[in-house]
Amino acid sequence: MILYFLTLVLFVMGVYCLIAKKNIIKKIIGLTITDYAINLFIIMIGYRENGIAPILFKNMTMEELTERGVDPLPQALVLTSIVIGLAVLALMTAICLRLYEKYKTFDMSEINRLKG
Amino acid sequence: MATKPELMSSENPKGMTPVVKTVVRFVMGIIFMFGWYIILYGHLTPGGGFAGGTILACGYVILTLAFGKELALGKMGDMTASIIDNTCAFLFVTIPLIGIAFGFFFLNFVPHGKPFNLVSAGFIPLYNIIIGLKVTSSLFAIFIALAIFGRFVSTLVEEAEDEE
Amino acid sequence: MVETFLLVLLIFMIIGSIIAIETKNLLSSVISCGIVGAGVSIAFLMLGAPDIAITQVVVEILILVILIRATITIDNTGIEAHWDTFSVVSSLIFFGLFLVFAFLAVQDLAPFGKPLMRVSQQYLETGLQKTGAANIVASVVLDFRGYDTLGEATVIFTSIVGAFVILRRRGRKARKEADTEKVGILTEEEIREDYEEFRE
Repeated sequence: MILYFLTLVLFVMGVYCLIAKKNIIKKIIGLTITDYAINLFIIMIGYRENGIAPILFKNMTMEELTERGVDPLPQALVLTSIVIGLAVLALMTAICLRLYEKYKTFDMSEINRLKG
Repeated sequence: MATKPELMSSENPKGMTPVVKTVVRFVMGIIFMFGWYIILYGHLTPGGGFAGGTILACGYVILTLAFGKELALGKMGDMTASIIDNTCAFLFVTIPLIGIAFGFFFLNFVPHGKPFNLVSAGFIPLYNIIIGLKVTSSLFAIFIALAIFGRFVSTLVEEAEDEE
Repeated sequence: MVETFLLVLLIFMIIGSIIAIETKNLLSSVISCGIVGAGVSIAFLMLGAPDIAITQVVVEILILVILIRATITIDNTGIEAHWDTFSVVSSLIFFGLFLVFAFLAVQDLAPFGKPLMRVSQQYLETGLQKTGAANIVASVVLDFRGYDTLGEATVIFTSIVGAFVILRRRGRKARKEADTEKVGILTEEEIREDYEEFRE
């Protein structure tokens, strides 16, 4: 239980960085930390005690896989989520560069003041 | 797709120092081979299309960083990357539609074969290759676009400082 | 044994993220974010997910390269000189409340190490026979749950196309006025079009 709680603490720290910092690059870093924390939480839910990875090798019986294999379903969800995080980060960096070209600063409160 | 040999030589001032260029010249082929291995054997060992495609994109990124973007654009130009990306996205939607003729959407209609072989498991290796090519071309193209734009923005910064 | 190792890793990651959030130098902040990602990848390996660990390492390297390459050439120190008091205090209060309720809610989950695997037990038992793939995760991603992978490919495609549209060098207004001579990303076609317009 303490493991789940520490993962949620990591998530909360990522969201705090997203809200309370004024530099846009810090906000992007906060979103990345949130991403890592949530992926870790989902995979932790599917872990089985003394588990092995759900991959069959030769000369391995099916009973060993069904009794000791970890849950393959959260792994399928997280596999796509990691690559989506990378694509969204590329989009956010493109927006940041456009903002810098227009307002000449990375400071969010300056951009709020100068908008228009 | 042939590159001029003077783009890859160590005396070319673009890119990084000769030490980096020599090491990248050795390591590049191993990275590409490893990426294709992870894509092709994705149904037998850990890996799959996403991991292998990202490894291939990292190979192109290290080419861009060490030798400059002209060489990387000579190997896979922006038009080529765009065509590969769109073709793979189109194929990824069309092939399950063929499965409707045999039963339902996304039916595995290719014969399964013996397990633990390279050619087995229906169309799962085919999908791994399609996704691998799609992810490679997308990530490489967006990295080149960000690098070009970043250089454009820093020339803007220099012009603004010169005016002041 | 796995639990104590994961506990040490999580404390290490929390310290790394505190450094990433509070430091003023942007380069150190990005590198500390990389430390958190590497810790997550080792945790995935301990939890029995090797292909996720491969993907996480490579994606984290690309995240670091994109962040450093595209933004660190611009000098932007001196931004965090003063706080925005309202957002900091209110976010601390709300997250304190959230953590209290999260602690109570986490007691209701299945205990760590004994998951309820109602659907996945069938995937483990009949995966090889129904699909013929030895890697059960690959068969779940591409055969049992292939529709989700289709949606994910669409999301990646859309975000990359959106990033291209944002990074286009000459928007529609500038192209009509044609007062700049800077060249866009797709260079050849635009030069040829402008040349033919100029000749007419």
